[in-house]
Amino acid sequence: MKKPIRFPRGPALAAALLAATVALTASAADIKSGLKIAFLPKQINNPYEVIADDGGMAAIKEMKGEGKVVGPSDAGASSQVSYINTLITQRQNAIVIAANDANAVVPYLKKAMSQGIKVVTFDSDTAPDGRQVFVNQADSEAIGRGQIQLLSKLIGGEGEFAILSATPNATNQNTWIKWMQEELKKPEYSKMKLVKIAYGNDDDQKSFVETQGLLQAYPNLKGIVAPTSVGIAAAARYISSSPAKGKVVVTGLGTPNQMRAFVKNGTVKAFQLWDPGQLGYLAAFAAANLASGTITGKEGDSFDAGKLGKRTVGKSGEVILGPPTTFDAANIDNFNF
Amino acid sequence: MAKPDSALSTTRRRHLQWEAMLAIVLVVSLVAGRVLSPLFLSGANISNMLADFTEIALIALPMTLIIVAAEIDLSVASVLGASSALMGVLWHMGLPMPLVIVLVLMFGTLAGLFNGLVIVRFGLPSLAVTIGTLALFRGLAYVLLGDQAIADFPASYTAFGIDTVGNTFLPMPFVLVIAGAVVFTVVLQATPFGRSLFAIGANPTAAQFSGIDVAKTKLRLFMMSGAMAALAGIVYTLRFTSARGDNGEGFELSVIAAVLFGGVSIFGGRGSMIGVLLSLVIIGVLRNALTLADVSSETLTIVTGALLLSSVLIPNLVARWRAAREKRLMAQAL
Repeated sequence: MKKPIRFPRGPALAAALLAATVALTASAADIKSGLKIAFLPKQINNPYEVIADDGGMAAIKEMKGEGKVVGPSDAGASSQVSYINTLITQRQNAIVIAANDANAVVPYLKKAMSQGIKVVTFDSDTAPDGRQVFVNQADSEAIGRGQIQLLSKLIGGEGEFAILSATPNATNQNTWIKWMQEELKKPEYSKMKLVKIAYGNDDDQKSFVETQGLLQAYPNLKGIVAPTSVGIAAAARYISSSPAKGKVVVTGLGTPNQMRAFVKNGTVKAFQLWDPGQLGYLAAFAAANLASGTITGKEGDSFDAGKLGKRTVGKSGEVILGPPTTFDAANIDNFNF
Repeated sequence: MAKPDSALSTTRRRHLQWEAMLAIVLVVSLVAGRVLSPLFLSGANISNMLADFTEIALIALPMTLIIVAAEIDLSVASVLGASSALMGVLWHMGLPMPLVIVLVLMFGTLAGLFNGLVIVRFGLPSLAVTIGTLALFRGLAYVLLGDQAIADFPASYTAFGIDTVGNTFLPMPFVLVIAGAVVFTVVLQATPFGRSLFAIGANPTAAQFSGIDVAKTKLRLFMMSGAMAALAGIVYTLRFTSARGDNGEGFELSVIAAVLFGGVSIFGGRGSMIGVLLSLVIIGVLRNALTLADVSSETLTIVTGALLLSSVLIPNLVARWRAAREKRLMAQAL
């Protein structure tokens, strides 16, 4: 099992570079130049989406294509539709979209595909018949297991810990927690004990109070895992000004900008998230390969994704970016999102 | 007797001036659109352009009548959202589609009746009441559907939302806009009901004394508005095959912007349906042409805002200039 924390940036980068040198010749030959690829984010100026789009534009530049980012200023279900129609009129070669609504855009994306325009979804998928490939950040299993692996390393493989989640019925979080519990069954974690799953409802204040409650109820608590960006920030904020700072580990899923202060002041040693820039980069390569006819989006198709190396299309057209990136004091300043 | 007549013809002339100005703006925007992109006048693009403002147009028709009567309905987009959500819920209850549509239209009418009753019975300003129901109906939409979406409507109905009429570029739902435009133009400009709206907008007390049932008229207006918002909700749901509580959020502002840019006075008593229809087409053309030329959505918002501002400012400045000139002439005559 590859432990993401062991390979944060350096070796991964080296591996990617190596893959890139191998891949470059192949991709340069197979991908047509001058492809018109449009990115259609959920909302223009959403900071997360801007990073993803920038990654996509960088990839298109590498492939000598014509990239552009267009999109609505509101994230309403239908506001992307007029942009899709416009992209069809403009005869783009491919559309890369993060859908605001899984269904509202489907009839229009189908229209695009019927006119030979390739459609890739990323970040947020549509119904499968609305696109050819979905570029997913990471599979839930890798995220869930990765969280336990990271925590285990941070608390030295033993002690009590708690999970601070979003709402009790949050689909993403519940799936990740299920995989965390699955990972915990392995013998190497026998000395780690999950004492409670608390719910901060993705509300800053509630998450803050829940953190306080956890520390009072479990004096021997060694760690808190918050697989939600609101929860991890609230927990870190509580711990950073409490005597538990330095004794109780806070980790989970968060964004570098939000966690930077807590990493710098030592409250948080490491946390994870996928890199949205790489997500956009991979989506652009998927789109270019579809448009060049090197893949069709069926299971088993594989293509070279520049510096990310070779990727294979999985079940129902899914391409996975890979395990989340781990951020710590050493690399956090390389990221701005 | 000569005085009121000439006063009337003055307002009519001012309307014509505004409409002529809009017609010029439309021609200029069409030319600009063609210059910006050779694809602008293609059938497929015209089709997209028309489809894009279907819901706004459907709601703008009764909104014109309401604003002429010096009232406003800010709850329209929320009625659209609640209608969309209700449509999803009723369909999931297993009701046949025609019945669902009838019930949703009834819901919209009742929502409008509710607005009207609160405004008329308690003598409250429609601005305040419909800000309240804007939140209320949107809340209802979320109560009905939460954050889920219902998307499994029958294909024969969603095809209505997406297809065009025969082999033309005319989107199916746009037929409703054309029919509505004819009906509402006649109602506003050729019926006693329509004329009574101008009277109410100009001076409600005088209208009441001249035998117009102001309360009943207002009730009818808000019921129409609710029904048309519900119709827009149905069209929206079919066009995007998605019933969601947040559908149409913020549409009320686009609708009001189109009506005001069409030359309808926000203070009531003045306006014409032709102006509003021209304004709808201009906004549609501009949005489409700029999008096609890859102008960012922020710039689009700025352009729409500038249009609205100019539609309020220009008549005001012209009126001031005229008043100043008359004053000067009077002073000279004395």
